[in-house]
Amino acid sequence: MGRVFVSLIVREARLLCRRPAELANPLVFFAIVIALFPLAIGPQTSLLQSLSPGLIWMAALLAVLLSLDDLFRSDFEDGSLEQWVLSCHPLSVLALAKVAAHWLFSGLALVVIAPVLALMLGLPGRCLPVLLGSLLLGTPVLSLLGAVGAALTVGLKRGGVLLALLILPLYIPVLILGSGALQANLQGLPVAGHLLWLASLAVLAVTLTPFAIAAGLRISVGE
Amino acid sequence: MNWTWFHKLGSPKWFYEISGRLLPGLSIAAAVLLVVGTLWGLAFAPPDYQQGNSFRIIYIHVPAAFLAQSIYVMLAATGIVGLVWKMKLADVALQQAAPIGAWMTAIALITGSIWGRPTWGTYWVWDARLTSMLILLFLYFGVIALGQAISNRDSAAKACAVLAIVGVVNIPIIKYSVDWWNTLHQPATFSIVEKPAMPAEMWLPLLVMVLGFYCFFAAVLLVRMRLDVLHREARSSWVKALVAARVGEGR
Repeated sequence: MGRVFVSLIVREARLLCRRPAELANPLVFFAIVIALFPLAIGPQTSLLQSLSPGLIWMAALLAVLLSLDDLFRSDFEDGSLEQWVLSCHPLSVLALAKVAAHWLFSGLALVVIAPVLALMLGLPGRCLPVLLGSLLLGTPVLSLLGAVGAALTVGLKRGGVLLALLILPLYIPVLILGSGALQANLQGLPVAGHLLWLASLAVLAVTLTPFAIAAGLRISVGE
Repeated sequence: MNWTWFHKLGSPKWFYEISGRLLPGLSIAAAVLLVVGTLWGLAFAPPDYQQGNSFRIIYIHVPAAFLAQSIYVMLAATGIVGLVWKMKLADVALQQAAPIGAWMTAIALITGSIWGRPTWGTYWVWDARLTSMLILLFLYFGVIALGQAISNRDSAAKACAVLAIVGVVNIPIIKYSVDWWNTLHQPATFSIVEKPAMPAEMWLPLLVMVLGFYCFFAAVLLVRMRLDVLHREARSSWVKALVAARVGEGR
């Protein structure tokens, strides 16, 4: 079981490293969206600073959503998904490995470049630990929830907009708690409550969503 | 306990017969309850001491909001039945109930904002309850959109079922986080006026209206399900026999 999990992650890592452009695109998207906000609302530093928690989280959420659109697509097209469904290992564990590999590359990269963009928006340096902590806890939830939608829409020709429609309402708690933590930190308030809630959401997502992803994959493959 | 009736529900033909017998009673009950409740609530219930007559929209708003929430729970319940027992009628019920739920949510939102104008002085505030109702509407849109995007009926129903179940697990989390967001971010500029304990002349018509809305929902759902069952089973012998009999009567 554990061996399959690891070998699947290694396979995904190898695949992702061979197509670096696919990894880079969501990150570039993240940076561009962040750059658009000051252009839209004006360059006043104080305004940008007070809005920055929400802006960073909105951009991160959209970037994760964008990167998830073709999470299962190539596996669906070349028939790997069918092999997964037929294999003797539980589909939910395989799906979890797939999402974990995806998060290790795209989610972590997002967390790494977020501080730079946050500083550009005028977020003070003392807020960076909370920014990193909230993103580290929040982005796995975004990836896992998004994978449910990706599994349900993988067989559809134009699943992108539909994926956003299905998944964005489910992202609301993460958005509220993540940007809430940053906002509280910015105002000098305690953030432990927000981060603990994010952590419990992450635990809940890791334990429950693999089953929903597996059910979604079965439906899409069986069609 | 005898579960035969439950398994029988899986048969479209049996459902069509039973629902045909239930439908007149339900429709009459819905019509009577709605007429009585509307007249009672709009004409005979006493005006509110604070809000005057504007509170009477409660007789539409509250039943619609009740239904909006319970229909989503029903979607998830039928989803579980459909996934576990592979019951086709549960699939039919799920897909036919979703648009009704979306309409009820829309009615609750619209009446709420009309009511908000005289009470709070504005049509919309980012209040926790309003926001979570709006999110519920988006969740309904998601289920409807997914059901329409997948062309295969069985897969569409299963996918909707999974989405509805994921949604129902998420609804308490969303509700809680929105409440929290509201208390943290939004100073209570407009708070929903604390409802005084209502006298019986006020809540009795409300109860009648709630029952009427539920009967109305049941009747509309049955009509929609019957149509969909006929559509799905159009090639089966019992539908052909039914149509032949109807055509024969017509002559």
